[in-house]
Amino acid sequence: MRINPSILVAATLALAAAPAAAQDKLTVYTYDSFTAEWGPGPAVEKAFEAECGCDLEFVAVADGVALLNRLRLEGKGTRADIVLGLDTNLTFEARQTGLFAPHGVTLDRVSVPGGWDDDTFVPYDYGYFAFVYDSEAIETPPASLRELVEAGPEEKIVIQDPRTSTPGLGLLLWVKAVYGDEAAGAWARLKDKVLTVTPGWSEAYGLFTSGEAAMVLSYTTSPAYHEIAEGSTRYKAAGFAKGHYLQVEVAARTLRGADNPLAQKFLDFMTTPAFQDAIPEANWMFPAGETSGPLDPAFDGLVKPERTLALDAEEVAENRQAWIDEWLAAMSR
Amino acid sequence: MARDRRILAGVAGLGLIGLLIGGAFAGLAFEAARDWSGAAAAFDAYLVRVAGFTLWQATLSTLLSVAPAILVARALARHPAFPGRGLVLKLFLVPLALPAIVAAMGVLALLGRAGLFADPLTALTGSRWQGIYGLSGILVAHVFFNLPLAARLLLQALEAVPADQWRLAAQLGMGASASFRLIEWPALRAALPGVAGLVFMLCVTSFTIVLTLGGGPAATTLEVAIYQALRFDFDPARAVALTALQIALTAAAVLFLLRLGADMAGDASLPVAPRRPAVAGAAERVVNAAIILAALLFVAGPLAAVTVSGLRADLARLAREPAVHAATLTSLVLALCAALLCVALSLALAAARRALEMKRPRTARPSLLERMLDTGAGFVLVVPPIVVGAGWFVALRGTGQVFAAAPVMVIAVNAVMAMPFAIRAIRPAWDAASARHERLAAQLGITGLARLRLIDWPSIRRPAFTALAFAMALSLGDLGVIALFGSDSVQTLPYLLLARMGSYRTMDAAGLALILGAVCLALTMLAERGRAAR
Repeated sequence: MRINPSILVAATLALAAAPAAAQDKLTVYTYDSFTAEWGPGPAVEKAFEAECGCDLEFVAVADGVALLNRLRLEGKGTRADIVLGLDTNLTFEARQTGLFAPHGVTLDRVSVPGGWDDDTFVPYDYGYFAFVYDSEAIETPPASLRELVEAGPEEKIVIQDPRTSTPGLGLLLWVKAVYGDEAAGAWARLKDKVLTVTPGWSEAYGLFTSGEAAMVLSYTTSPAYHEIAEGSTRYKAAGFAKGHYLQVEVAARTLRGADNPLAQKFLDFMTTPAFQDAIPEANWMFPAGETSGPLDPAFDGLVKPERTLALDAEEVAENRQAWIDEWLAAMSR
Repeated sequence: MARDRRILAGVAGLGLIGLLIGGAFAGLAFEAARDWSGAAAAFDAYLVRVAGFTLWQATLSTLLSVAPAILVARALARHPAFPGRGLVLKLFLVPLALPAIVAAMGVLALLGRAGLFADPLTALTGSRWQGIYGLSGILVAHVFFNLPLAARLLLQALEAVPADQWRLAAQLGMGASASFRLIEWPALRAALPGVAGLVFMLCVTSFTIVLTLGGGPAATTLEVAIYQALRFDFDPARAVALTALQIALTAAAVLFLLRLGADMAGDASLPVAPRRPAVAGAAERVVNAAIILAALLFVAGPLAAVTVSGLRADLARLAREPAVHAATLTSLVLALCAALLCVALSLALAAARRALEMKRPRTARPSLLERMLDTGAGFVLVVPPIVVGAGWFVALRGTGQVFAAAPVMVIAVNAVMAMPFAIRAIRPAWDAASARHERLAAQLGITGLARLRLIDWPSIRRPAFTALAFAMALSLGDLGVIALFGSDSVQTLPYLLLARMGSYRTMDAAGLALILGAVCLALTMLAERGRAAR
């Protein structure tokens, strides 16, 4: 057998290199759109390193779900001091792992819709799920989830699969929050309106912008991106009178992080303007804390839900499988 | 002696594949050992339906890809001087390098609800065209990926037919049907089970295409269920059980295909004729040209759509971005390493299989080892990348060097994943060369590396470079294993593409898809140059 010798060399080197354990270093696990060059990561890293005189290292995985799985796989041996990027639907299961320590910071500076009181997870931003539509194709968008469900199947929508995607799960919970026990019936009505169900947000949004469907499940903040980055007001979010489903993104320190004084410092820093300033136009979510100046006017024009819908994290964790089965049955018919 | 060494090398190659899959399974099984309940709970009515749909769409996709591919391969084989033939063959490799979502968008740009053909189709059907979502959409996308692949592999089998046979056919005045029956069909029949099996396996594991184009959760494959089990539910036991089921079902289908095939009798005479002359008559020429053109349009259509949307992107800016440079370089290095490793392993397996075949009496059935050396590597394809990634992650986490191991893992996995393709490309030529040269080599006492260099290499350099091109194209497009290993450690072009797509930068993503396609085409051209040069 012939094996490329350079691979063996690389493998040997990789295994031989000892982990560098520096005292003044903080390791933060997060998702990769946070650390992308256009994400909030670079600015956050610079600001925190200037403040603490330490080294902040980001380790990125695909998304919030992958983040939790990564931590489960690593268990107590994880290198993470901080895990940043779980959402409220994952906090119950995250707590169950027993890998997180209380945050120990004051929550006075953060405010999210519906209030926040948790000893482990600290929110850093939030957003609302919404149906984003193409104003060149739709003049009067539906004004509530019920209107959307009961409208005819002519105008198609693209949604994400709750088995593989966070927004997909968000819609499942949204329908559950509005319809309760009648959710299956709502899905059966919605079925013919659904052009297709994609594995993730990217595919759905790509189909939407390429004109396949005039409406897609996304966030209320999506139009702000198009307005600020592309100067276009073509895509708008449909405001639903009975409320929008809320997603809050949180961070927490691990048991390992509890031994690193920088971890608590970081969580504290996260609630200050130095961190929060990077959120709106890099993560395209609403900041959970004060920013140093007002947000771009494009954010003022966004849909502001009068009511916030959210199910309890524990209820979600316990019923998720049953609700997905219900969705599958209704949508596969 | 030399023979035994060849078998040993093949067994070692097979061992590496076994290690890669076995290690992943062991890792996951270790994790699952805490709670095996998920494994049994996985088997319910829903799973039966999902398994049924998986096999049904894979069977249809295979039929629709391979049957036309026979015509296309034959047409290409009979016209070695067809204008643009080289470019057609290179274009046929590009779909392999495209991430599934890019291909799906390409198909939709033509046949989608807002596609190029939406208006004519609306006029034709009398109602608003709702796009090719559903089973038909899945099939079209699968044929787009697999027809060119199957055509190239079958062409490889036809090109392994010794030139003398063609000359003899021409001298005897054989028509198209006689030469098909006597020369081409035996070669195709020997290659068909392997090629069909390969396409079948690729379609069984389809994920993004099935979900995106399937129109709803009624179109769900086992791969989706495995992904859900490991990701959202974090149930390693269920993931292991489902993967085992996926392998078992595929193995049954592939064994069935193998029974349909036949081993081709080798031709032991030495070739004396030059490259064979074209033997087609005027009428056949027209039909073949039509077949090639139709296949070309089918493949080039979505590729053209990808190109058009790519050209709308700010390519000049993308070309200047350091992130794009770094990703391109990473992709190139990984693809090249993976492809070289893949070809070396594939040669080892093909040589070992042939050596075993020569050892047994002609009438005896091939041993399990011999079969494994041929089709065993293929089963790598039905182990989902997320299972390999998660399994090895568990296996390596104790070392604390999971991040450093990522590039090694990516190269190893890509190399092994490309082996089924490479073996299909190399084996027919290797067997044919061996049938011709074995006695001569023995008489002259040439063995080992000298034999490889002087006798075998000239006959297999063309397929070896084809295999290299296949492997590079495949590795370029790969995304799978990187996901769990920490995405920032290995940033490849497809990864960058999906990252842009996932943050509203659809135009950038389209531009990157075009760059990815261009890189693939350039690499194929290089490989083909190596193939032609003497």
